[in-house]
Amino acid sequence: MKSVTRCCVIGVVLELCSGFSARLAVAADAPTSPPVSFQRDIRPILSDKCFFCHGPDEKHREEDLRLDLRAGLLGDDTVKGVVIPGKLEASKLWKKIVHEDSELRMPPAESGKTLNDRERGLIRRWIEQGAEWQEHWSFSASKRPAVPKVSDPSWPSNDIDRFVLARLDREGLKPSPSADARTLIRRVSFDLTGLPPTWEEVEAFAGGRDNADAGGTRGAPLTSRQKPSPPRGEGGRSFRDWEEVVDRLIASPHFGERMAIHWLDLVRFADTVGYHGDQEHPISPYRDWVIQAFSDNMPFDRFTTEQLAGDLLPEATVEQKIASGYNRLLQTSHEGGVQQKEYLAKYSADRVRNFGAVWLGVTLGCAECHDHKFDPFPQRDFYRLAAFFADVDDLQSFKGGDTTPTKREPEMQVTTRLAPNEKRRTMVTVSIKPRPIRVLSRGDWMDETGDIVEPGVPGVFRQIVVGEQADDRERSPLTPGPSPPAGARGGPQLAGRATRLDLARWLTSPDHPLTSRVFVNRLWKMFFGKGLASSLDDVGSQGEAPVHPELLDWLAAEFVASGWDVKHMVKLIVTSQAYQQASLETPALRQRDPDNRLIARQSRPRLDAEFIRDNALATSGLLVRTVGGRSTRPYQPDGYYQHLNFPKRTYVADTGEHQYRRAVYTHWQRCYLHPMLKAFDAPSREECTAERAVSNTPQAALVLLNDPTFVESARAFAGRILRDGGATTDDRLGWAWRTALSREPSSREMSALRSLLDHDLSEFQQDRASAEKLLKAGPLPADTDRIELAAWTSVARAIFNLNEFITRN
Amino acid sequence: MFLDRSERLHENRRSFLGQSAAGLGSVALANLLQPELFAGTQPSAVANTPGVAGLPHHLPRIKRVIFLYMSGGPSQFETFDHKPVLAEMDGKPMPESYTKGQPIAQLQGQALKCFGPQAKFRKYGQSGQEFSDFLPWTARLADDIAIIRSMTTDQINHDPAHTVMNTGTSISGRPSMGAWVQYGLGSEAQNLPGFVVLTSQGGRNPQPISSRQWHSGFLPSRFQGMEFSSTGDPVHYVRNPAGITTERQRRLIDTVTELNGLRNEEVQNPEVETRIAAYEMAFRMQASVPGLMDISDEPPHVLDMYGTKGADGSFAANCLLARRLAERGVRFIQLYHRGWDHHGDLVPYMTTCCGLTDKPTWALITDLKRRGMLDDTLIIWGGEFGRTPMFQGKGQYPGRDHHIKSMSMWLCGGGIRGGLTLGATDDLGYHAVQDICHVRDLHATLLHLLGIDHRKLAFKYQGLDFRLTGVLPAKVIQPVLV
Repeated sequence: MKSVTRCCVIGVVLELCSGFSARLAVAADAPTSPPVSFQRDIRPILSDKCFFCHGPDEKHREEDLRLDLRAGLLGDDTVKGVVIPGKLEASKLWKKIVHEDSELRMPPAESGKTLNDRERGLIRRWIEQGAEWQEHWSFSASKRPAVPKVSDPSWPSNDIDRFVLARLDREGLKPSPSADARTLIRRVSFDLTGLPPTWEEVEAFAGGRDNADAGGTRGAPLTSRQKPSPPRGEGGRSFRDWEEVVDRLIASPHFGERMAIHWLDLVRFADTVGYHGDQEHPISPYRDWVIQAFSDNMPFDRFTTEQLAGDLLPEATVEQKIASGYNRLLQTSHEGGVQQKEYLAKYSADRVRNFGAVWLGVTLGCAECHDHKFDPFPQRDFYRLAAFFADVDDLQSFKGGDTTPTKREPEMQVTTRLAPNEKRRTMVTVSIKPRPIRVLSRGDWMDETGDIVEPGVPGVFRQIVVGEQADDRERSPLTPGPSPPAGARGGPQLAGRATRLDLARWLTSPDHPLTSRVFVNRLWKMFFGKGLASSLDDVGSQGEAPVHPELLDWLAAEFVASGWDVKHMVKLIVTSQAYQQASLETPALRQRDPDNRLIARQSRPRLDAEFIRDNALATSGLLVRTVGGRSTRPYQPDGYYQHLNFPKRTYVADTGEHQYRRAVYTHWQRCYLHPMLKAFDAPSREECTAERAVSNTPQAALVLLNDPTFVESARAFAGRILRDGGATTDDRLGWAWRTALSREPSSREMSALRSLLDHDLSEFQQDRASAEKLLKAGPLPADTDRIELAAWTSVARAIFNLNEFITRN
Repeated sequence: MFLDRSERLHENRRSFLGQSAAGLGSVALANLLQPELFAGTQPSAVANTPGVAGLPHHLPRIKRVIFLYMSGGPSQFETFDHKPVLAEMDGKPMPESYTKGQPIAQLQGQALKCFGPQAKFRKYGQSGQEFSDFLPWTARLADDIAIIRSMTTDQINHDPAHTVMNTGTSISGRPSMGAWVQYGLGSEAQNLPGFVVLTSQGGRNPQPISSRQWHSGFLPSRFQGMEFSSTGDPVHYVRNPAGITTERQRRLIDTVTELNGLRNEEVQNPEVETRIAAYEMAFRMQASVPGLMDISDEPPHVLDMYGTKGADGSFAANCLLARRLAERGVRFIQLYHRGWDHHGDLVPYMTTCCGLTDKPTWALITDLKRRGMLDDTLIIWGGEFGRTPMFQGKGQYPGRDHHIKSMSMWLCGGGIRGGLTLGATDDLGYHAVQDICHVRDLHATLLHLLGIDHRKLAFKYQGLDFRLTGVLPAKVIQPVLV
């Protein structure tokens, strides 16, 4: 058997259909096909079918042929290429893939890879059309593309729309009308704060306008009223009204909480060590720092630098040291019998994987054991990156005992700006003399034959030259502080050796090809349900190329030019017309673009786990909106931690205010994540999660039906309905519906709820004991009719279980 | 057809419960319109989850797997690997030729000396397989089980070793074998998840076990194992809120279904249909799980055979529950027993652990056999690693440290060649030297018996085709197959 069995990718003797083009009929094989694009059509085929033996991995390269490089494919001064532009029959590549002899045909049978007719057809046409080569989209510096002309200049609110519309024009599609005002304000409230709007906020924005029907997506189009200038439109509404709403929400302290959740997934923030005993480690001040940073609109370059190297900044502040806790977020162990050397190797690899996933959006993990099979990352680069982190003091962390919280020195006692009265310990990064980092053969920590390497970034990128950072600073004015000479930095830095600080500055230099693209792509996902390049965790050659490459590059360039201004980017996105489109899907559009890649409508994702809890608490009135502070413990099923040990764990739910805090603060037990969060797809945060899967399961239904948090919220909401909802049953039903769903109910919806209410009311009258039992969830208002309260609790539960309640439309 | 991850997620949304979510939505709605047809009757025969198209790859030999997971790492020297030479060397220094350059756990930096077997071995059955005196009941199965003495693994600490045993690698975030099987074959259980985990206690202070060991990794979360708890509610949130009767819960779900349906006339979101179906399934689980866990309907002789009086969280009760789960179509069942980490006090702890697990193991296999179910069930017995032939003096009496170069496991059931002992270790039992098997081979074998070619069951994630057996060599352990 050839090298085929040895590496990360295996032969799958199944017909592979390539990424998005299989679902979205716009690739070059469509009837009205555009020219074949190397970037979009050809490299993905070569990567998936050929790079395995003819790619970056030097050790397993066959015939000394590299199809991932221009020279290998098209030849250069010294070598003849395997593709001769315009000459199909003279092109060796073509001959090989259509060879009559199956023994000689490429790819070889034992690879398990095959080319289908469509793929061969694309390659054929690409060669016939002149075989134009393009660099991989994400590894070369982005240029700010020119903004395209569009068919309807009155539609766009900003340049984002011009890119979106230009693409729709090419496809012969029209954008969807704007969503109605009530849907819009609900959408943007969830998207910017993770919380629902109050009815007053809905009315203030939408009042007097489109009285939404049950669909909530059929209001009068707002297109005409949302042009940037001059403000005009029906009902006195204008772009400015929308902008005011957006500004108010972006300025909310809850903006930081909303943004933090995604970041905490990426950096794998959790309250426990993850391995074995899964004891608590002190880190919650870092979460405060992240929330505060997003709320303060800390520029992303500074945000990056303080996390990777806050401790190395001259005269590092306490906040910067808290931020440097980033380097301590990984899983650690002090299981009896762990070998320090082995675990140092594990930690080292974990940090490189996370660094690559968070900032570069690439899968460096492959290169721990061998050269990357698809992307230009030799194994050596993996260990050169690891060497940046070789100064992080991990040695003390092995000393923690079997107690919880455990000790994970170096730690500091701190307060945060969000919780100034709460003294907490937090893990920080302390730089010590870097330990030597060797290239480990196949990742084997016992191997001592590999070279010792110095810190360095992958060879495919511009290299760090120590001492030259002043240039970067000129180009990136917001990088915090000048780069000090090596001797003046914190920690025992070695002259001439690049540090984490150099790494951070390299990442945030304006011409870095990945940092800005990866971030804005993920930002886009938060507001459109899918990234412009859909594989948020892999912008390498196996990831999906963006459907709107120019828009992505434009956003990346804008992000850098704005001084890495996150709020600026968020505002640009949510004030676009593209964002404000209705999410309703027409049958024709579903057929044409089932995954909504062309953005001819909005998406309608389910809310993230945290926001589902927050929504119920907010609607019920129970939510405590305090921002920042220690982790909190909501109700949790008894015995859930029974399989933890060293020490044994008993979960004690918080009482009082802490019980009703937002889910971003929920205690994150890596080995046993809270079952509510788990049921709605929150990750355990053992590894970087760029995109959560979305499931729709019976377990999730059971949470909304029976989790005490949701039952208590329903009970509290019932109390609100009786207190504030008006005098008649219909008043109350309408009030409840509006408050929970930001729209008026239809008459059929009213009658369904009324029927439930009547049934339960008469039953609870017969069965008073049951009503009393139900009302035990949480404190009771004094002067309320218990039977009525119990029956309205059923109504509230019904509303909290609606698909609409947990969906952002 | 092989879908990439985004497409796969998309597909999942549309088809979580059946061949077509729309079809199921109509089933749910039909039940709603005629609730009397639904109430009190068996749920309609709708498969829980479909698998990957094109599977199985070949004719399956078994329908289900029951993994008796001896967490902590039972000693092979007191169970299945008879080492007379080690007995002769008892107390003498461990020759350095065995241990030089080898990974060592708690014995790091200590003088290593041989520790002879602490039990007598005898031959049993027509096959003459050898068992220690700690396992008199398992010994009765001598002609039914295939013992592998040459199993090896990669990780010498519990947590990562569990992760290797369950996911094939120590890197976090990969799916567990049960999740892979669910993903590949789908589930036949109608009211239950297709992958269930039960955990019992007893023996040494139990090792912790993480839910990572049965999670779905990068596979959609619906493929994860569900832990059934013996204390509190068997499944999280399976109990109605206090004061809510089954009828009231039914009415609530009906109202939710009606309202979701009304809304969907406007928005036509396939997700809504799936959610309606999920609520039906949730209601069915609420109805069926308590009955499953209530073993009072088992006749006394069955309870006696297992050695349990009720669902008390013991290994014996869990073995009985495993049979009940198997009968209800659950495809992958894992029973963790966490008392096997015997660094010290090996003999007393072996007595305890074997006392708790030996007879119930025999009972489960015997019971399945009597019911004609053993032939389409694979039983796997083993832990995350083995133990050293070296002495460790941690407790009042001696014990053994973690060991990865040799361990014993056994297989039994459909397609397994009973009465066979496969592989061998060196004289001192340190290294597996003959027919060496790796955890990956075990994975390949169990997939093979389920009709799955381990080389073909893959999932695209981060641009790579991931498999349970990964990228290093893996083989079906042919000699143990009939």
